[in-house]
Amino acid sequence: MFTPPANWRDLPARDRREARFAAWMALDGKPMATPAAQATFTRHTQRVKDIIDLKKPDRVPLLPFMGSFFAIYGGITAHDVMYDYAKYTQAWLKYNRDFQPDYLVFSGAFNPGKVFDLLDYKVYRWPGRGTPKTQPFQCVEAEYMRADEYDWYIADPEGFYMRGYMPRAFAALSGWAMLPTVFATMELPMIPAFMIPAGLPPVVQSFKAFIAAAEAALEYAGASGQADGQIMAELGLPPLPGGFTKAPFDIIGDTLRGTRAIMMDMYRQPAKLLAALERTVPIAVQMGVGTATGQNNPFVFIPLHKGADGFMSNADFKKFYWPSLKATLIGLVNAGLVPYLFVEGGYNQRLDVIADPEIPAGSTYWTFDKTDMQAVKRKLGGWAAFGGNVPNSMLHAGTPAQVTDYVKQLIDTVAGDGGYAMAAGAVVDEAKPENLHAMFDTCKSYGVY
Amino acid sequence: MSDELVKAIADMQEEEALALTKKLLDGGAEPIAILNACRAAMEIVGQRFEKNEYFIPELILAGEMLKTISAEVKPRLKQSVDGKKGAKVLLGTVQGDIHDIGKDIVSFMLDVNGFEVKDLGVDVPVAKFVEEIKTYQPAVVALSGFLTLAYTSMKETVEAIAAAGLRQQVKIMIGGGTMDQQICAYAGADAFGKDAMAAVALAKEWTGAK
Repeated sequence: MFTPPANWRDLPARDRREARFAAWMALDGKPMATPAAQATFTRHTQRVKDIIDLKKPDRVPLLPFMGSFFAIYGGITAHDVMYDYAKYTQAWLKYNRDFQPDYLVFSGAFNPGKVFDLLDYKVYRWPGRGTPKTQPFQCVEAEYMRADEYDWYIADPEGFYMRGYMPRAFAALSGWAMLPTVFATMELPMIPAFMIPAGLPPVVQSFKAFIAAAEAALEYAGASGQADGQIMAELGLPPLPGGFTKAPFDIIGDTLRGTRAIMMDMYRQPAKLLAALERTVPIAVQMGVGTATGQNNPFVFIPLHKGADGFMSNADFKKFYWPSLKATLIGLVNAGLVPYLFVEGGYNQRLDVIADPEIPAGSTYWTFDKTDMQAVKRKLGGWAAFGGNVPNSMLHAGTPAQVTDYVKQLIDTVAGDGGYAMAAGAVVDEAKPENLHAMFDTCKSYGVY
Repeated sequence: MSDELVKAIADMQEEEALALTKKLLDGGAEPIAILNACRAAMEIVGQRFEKNEYFIPELILAGEMLKTISAEVKPRLKQSVDGKKGAKVLLGTVQGDIHDIGKDIVSFMLDVNGFEVKDLGVDVPVAKFVEEIKTYQPAVVALSGFLTLAYTSMKETVEAIAAAGLRQQVKIMIGGGTMDQQICAYAGADAFGKDAMAAVALAKEWTGAK
């Protein structure tokens, strides 16, 4: 947990960021057990800080976003990852020891199945609950917010989430639909009436499930904390990224309305959609600030989904996708945080839009998938740190020689001025171990400045 | 007036398109003329998509308009118009992957371009593709996958089709989020298509359809 200094309110964004970086990089209270692990921790945190500051670090940082590759490599199933913490820990340790990445990358594949079972979660399917035991969790879109519920969401997003979204998204919490607004607690005579619904059987059931899931989440936090602590102690790898938030368009498009519905809303009720997007900005900022502060980490991970090339025209991107994302980024930067944008798909048409001078230089990091990296360097170089683009298809179907050449070519052509990190285009799931080794080894040897 | 309908649909004027449909039908227009207008409009939508003027919102909205208009028209049709469908395409998202949006758009664009499409849905077992090729006898098999985890399933599906001795009778295309030329070669498919119009172009090329 990051504790802001007493003069936080008076600090400019830059100083806030320095304070967050200093707390993240401090060795005090961290589990690194040996001087070597401490040295690694310091070197690796400085390395990524340098690229955000658009400087040349000691070498190109290695920042692939690890997915279920570690499980496949460790010989365990996607089901084991979500249900068997001992097996998970073993596989996670093995991957980190064998590959020695620069950072302890938060694993998107590791989530506690028991928590979702207890909540009877509907928005995703996971191993044994809708996907085969060998396949990780996947999202199933539906209209969890109906077309006529924009006004409710805009007026009271948290109330909508609690009484509208959650009872639909978590079958075990269906009783929450009966909960009154918490504003009904503002005077003594109102409180009994406020409490009554919570005593009704369906609501009691929902709270019981909620508490059971919370206990399971705590158990999971203990297990994953122990695994990560062990890796930090032994290898000195700093955890990255820390916080999490999403672009407002994706918040509404992914799990509230779904792709089809939000894209029809762009035509059928654009004014409401725009109002909802604007209303979502402070929520997205708050979510990023809260999660990053809780993790004592200056980075906020933001996967970008529905604004990629091909999803909508540039005119629509500028109208519907970008303004609320830009406001979110500025909100995070002002809070002293570094947005870590994970740009899925292609962004070739969007580079001119995202390189927005109103976002301060040296304040964001962008990792790209199928975007032309020469163009990225031209448009973003000197303004923001960037990386990515090692094709996941090549990591899986290519050869080590091919991967080595690709990594060298990236370093030769776009890494020269610093402000650059080596990363795969997408989350690393299926990949040949020898190809991943080729990527890591080449970056470590050839990427030295 | 059906020119106006073509224009309304092609220009994404949903309310106007639906109002015009009602007006035309109430005025005694032939239901088949309405469907022909829809087809003409979809051709324009497809062209605009190819020229990067239209994107996914427009394809989805066009699909919605078509669905609503068809529902209006179909009860008034004297005979079925399904008789003149073109070559058969078998489509599905490969085993282990449950993503459907891209697949559905491909299905829709193939359908409006005159192909007969059988959509097997998502998470389609390898054996199901093999069995359906035997019974449905498609000219083209289209494999969809969004996840990098679909790489192996793509390959296994193509291998199973070959092992069943069916590889020569079908052309196989792959597409979806993380697919590319390298995975096409890896899986042993015939082509990779980057979007729905590429799927249509490939299917036309392979079947000689216009």
